[in-house]
This record gives sequence, C-alpha cells and structure tokens, in this order.
Amino acid sequence: MAYSDKVIDHYTNPKNVGTLDKSKTNVGTGLVGAPECGDVMRLQIEVDELSGVIKDAKFKTFGCGSAIASSSLATEWLKGKSVDEALQIDNMDIVEELNLPPVKIHCSVLAEDAIKAAINDYRTKNGLSELVSTH
Amino acid sequence: MNLHLPIYLDNNATTPMDPRVLDAMLPYFVEKFGNAASRNHSFGWVAEEAVDYAREQVAQLINADPKEIIFTSGATESDNLAIKGVYEMYASKGNHIITCTTEHKAVLDSCKHIEKLGGQVTYLPVKADGLIDLSELEKSITDKTILIAIMYGNNEIGVIQPIKEISAIAKKHGVLFFTDATQAVGKIPVDVIEDGIDLMSFSGHKIYGPKGVGVLYVRRKNPRVKVTSQMDGGGHERGMRSGTLNVPAIVGLGKACELCRLEMAEEAIRLSAMRDRLENSLMELEETYINGDKNHRLPHTANISFKYVEGEGLMMGFNKNIALSSGSACTSASLEPSYVLKALGLGDDLAHSSLRFGLGRFTTDEQIDFTIKAVKDTVNKLREMSPLWEMFKEGVDINSIAWEHH
Repeated sequence: MAYSDKVIDHYTNPKNVGTLDKSKTNVGTGLVGAPECGDVMRLQIEVDELSGVIKDAKFKTFGCGSAIASSSLATEWLKGKSVDEALQIDNMDIVEELNLPPVKIHCSVLAEDAIKAAINDYRTKNGLSELVSTH
Repeated sequence: MNLHLPIYLDNNATTPMDPRVLDAMLPYFVEKFGNAASRNHSFGWVAEEAVDYAREQVAQLINADPKEIIFTSGATESDNLAIKGVYEMYASKGNHIITCTTEHKAVLDSCKHIEKLGGQVTYLPVKADGLIDLSELEKSITDKTILIAIMYGNNEIGVIQPIKEISAIAKKHGVLFFTDATQAVGKIPVDVIEDGIDLMSFSGHKIYGPKGVGVLYVRRKNPRVKVTSQMDGGGHERGMRSGTLNVPAIVGLGKACELCRLEMAEEAIRLSAMRDRLENSLMELEETYINGDKNHRLPHTANISFKYVEGEGLMMGFNKNIALSSGSACTSASLEPSYVLKALGLGDDLAHSSLRFGLGRFTTDEQIDFTIKAVKDTVNKLREMSPLWEMFKEGVDINSIAWEHH
C-alpha cells in the first residue's frame, strides 16, 4: 500500500513530538488505543489560562505511519485553537487532509479520541465536567 | 561493489528467478511449444522429454522416484490436493486429520474445508519455540486418523519441525504423513526416504524458479499412497492432476531444483552466516527478541520483534530502500497480528512489533550492512516517538494500564 505524500512528510518530519509536564493544571493528557491493537497515541495540550487558547501541543505515538501522521497533524491543528474550537476537529478532516485509505480511518478516529481525552483531562483538572465521550 | 536499491529481503514470499532457470525455459515457449500429452508427433515427444527430464531433476533433489512427482500450479494447489485428496481417497479408513496452528493458510483452510464436509481436524498448538509437542501429537491420534499434516519449515519464523520423529509416529500408527516443505526444499537437505515422508508439497518460485508451478510428491512404495484428484480431465499426472502440463514452467522448476541440489550446501552456510550477523547486530538494540527456536531454523530466515515500536511504522522508515515483511497486520481489516507469532504465545504487542527478514541467493554482505543500519536508526527514531518506550524507560508497567480496546 502506498502512503500519501502528506503521510510520508509527517512520518519523516513529525511535528511536535515530545512530552509536556502532566502535573501542571493547565496541561491535559489523552492516552488512547492499546498496544495489543498496534496503536497507542498520547496527545497533550497546554492551555493558556487567561485566553483559553491551546498554546502548545505534543504527541508520542506507537503505531503505523498513518497513526503517527494523524497525531502529528492533530498537534499542528490544535495549537492556537481555543479548547472549544479544538472539540470541533473531526476525524474525517484528518482523513481528508492526509488522504487516508479506508483501512487507515481508525488512525484518524484514534487521533480525534486523543484530542477529546486530552480536553477532558484538562477540564477535569480544572473542576469542569467531562464534556464529551470518546468513541 | 555498488549497492543497488531497493534491497530485496522478502525471499520467503517469493524469490527472483535465477537467470540460468530462465535460459533453460526460453526454448519451450515458441520453438518447442508442444503439448507433452501429444503422443503421436515430434512436437509432443520433445515436450514430453523435457518434462521427463525435469521430473528427474526434481526427484533427485528430494531423493524420490520421478514417478512420484506430480506437477501442479503451486504449493497451494499441492496442499489442497494432498489434504482433500487423502480425505476422499481414505474415507473408508477414517475422517480425522491432525495439523498444527502455525501451518500455512493453504493447509489450514483446506482443513477447514474438510471440517465443513464432516471431517474431524485437530489443530495442535506449538510451544513457545514454535515446535510441536511430539507426545501431544501421538496422543491426538485416534483409530479414525488418516493424515498428519505438519509443515517442514515455517514461512514466518523459519522453525524446522522434527520431521523424522513425526514420520516415525505416523508410521507406528499407520497414519499417512504429509508435509508442506515449500520453505525447506532447496534450502536444506530434504530426503523423502530418510525423512519418512508420504506426501510433500513445494513450489517453483520459492527456489529461484518460476511462479505458477509446484509439486506434490506422492509416495509409491511402503506404503503406496493415492489421492483423489481435485481437477478432473485428461488424466494427466497418473490421474491425480489433470490439465495440460505447463512445460516451460516445469522445465524451469527442474532446472531450479538442479541448481539447489548442486549449490544448496554452500549457499546455506553463506546465508546463515549473513543471517546471524544481521541478527546479532540488531540484537544489540534493547528489548529486541528473536521469534522461534534458534537451533532448528532455516538458514535464510530471521524474525525479530522490536518492542515498543510498531512493525508497519517501522517498515515505513526504510521501505523505499528495503523490502521485507512484518507480523503487524495494521493494513488488514481485522487488525489481527500474525497468527503464527500469536501461536508462539507472543503478546499482541510483540507480534505487532515484528519484522521478517528473508535472505536469498542474491543477498549480499553490503545489503546486510545497509539493512542493519537502516533498521537500527529507524527503531531508535520511533522509540523516541513511542509513548510506550517512554513508559518503559520510566519504569511504568504497561500491563498495569487500563487500555481501551476498540
């Protein structure tokens, strides 16, 4: 199976690989997937407390090229968005942007789940209710 | 020596044809095109003679009688013919077949077909080293057992089953023994007499011959084995496999067998030295595991799991330059990793993290050097990107996390 150029680009030069300090109250962490399924994504957001804007996002992913690309793309899209705007990111946007084939759609679903899990973690830490349920 | 890219290290899937094989085949397309079954003119005689010669070349490689060689379209057909053909032919004796969980799909799916027909099949598990338990095999034999179907060398992990011991058990209980030897023939010495094999399948394209041609060896003496044909027609191949013979491919298969017979001993030494060098270098990486028994293994195969990185993602790091395969099934709809690795008791995570290296006649030391570096670099890069690697390094027990399964 051939990968799209965009997947190859994100795989070769992944954006925002790394770890944020999860003990900070303005950092939300989402860890989704499972090793047995061959995909684990950890996505983190750091929210500017005054503006509510995501000022930094990092990921680490165990998975295929499409999973790495989906999470890399997700971190790019998250930066500069408000938490509410971030909730609007849909997995099909990722599919479209990366030209993912049908067998790789689950990678985009996982990225959307990771975003929502990170936001939920951030909300819980800040005394807010969990907003959304993951898939 | 110049390094030509991409490098082919998937010789368990198929091998490039040896140019000497192609040379042998070429006259049989245009010039000597006859039907080997045309008994009444010279075109037919020329073709028949070529097939007879190839049959001898094939028989010699495995120490069989040429009359015991049935040409087919490949190992899949041979596996089907052996299992279904024995099941039908020996229906009055019983309906039970014993096989194992790490067999090729052509064997497993033929066995499933038998079950649909009302037959009984025992699927023996394998031990962590990939070998079957001989006492368990013997215990599974009933008075209804007609066939034991256990492969010679495994295609994914290269493990060689104890063939002589298996055939001794089969003989002791009056059960036929069939082995899929697709990965073993031409790579290691296979002797149907010494190994006590009753039926055996293999194919041309795994031994530097053409695709679309294979063999089913069917023993003629002690005991005389028969299979019910699965392809009816002109009664070719002693009535066991009808269909006009694929003369050029058979000629190629014969030549491929001859080359293996003459060069295999030396080639096996060269390949296993390269394989061991590859393996030892890669094992310098932390948390890296060899899958399958190291002492009973085909010389050209290595299957290695690189924990905390996913196989398909790993391959993407170098698949522009190196062709090999992974036990990860990220591309398949089922998302199930290799059933062979799972049968060894490997966790899904290790199965997803595996690469299979299949070396071959045309693999060079330079290619191995390049591969070692590319795989090591990619594993290191992906581990830096892997949340599981980070957890491992921080001492977090990954099994203690409540993972969400999709």
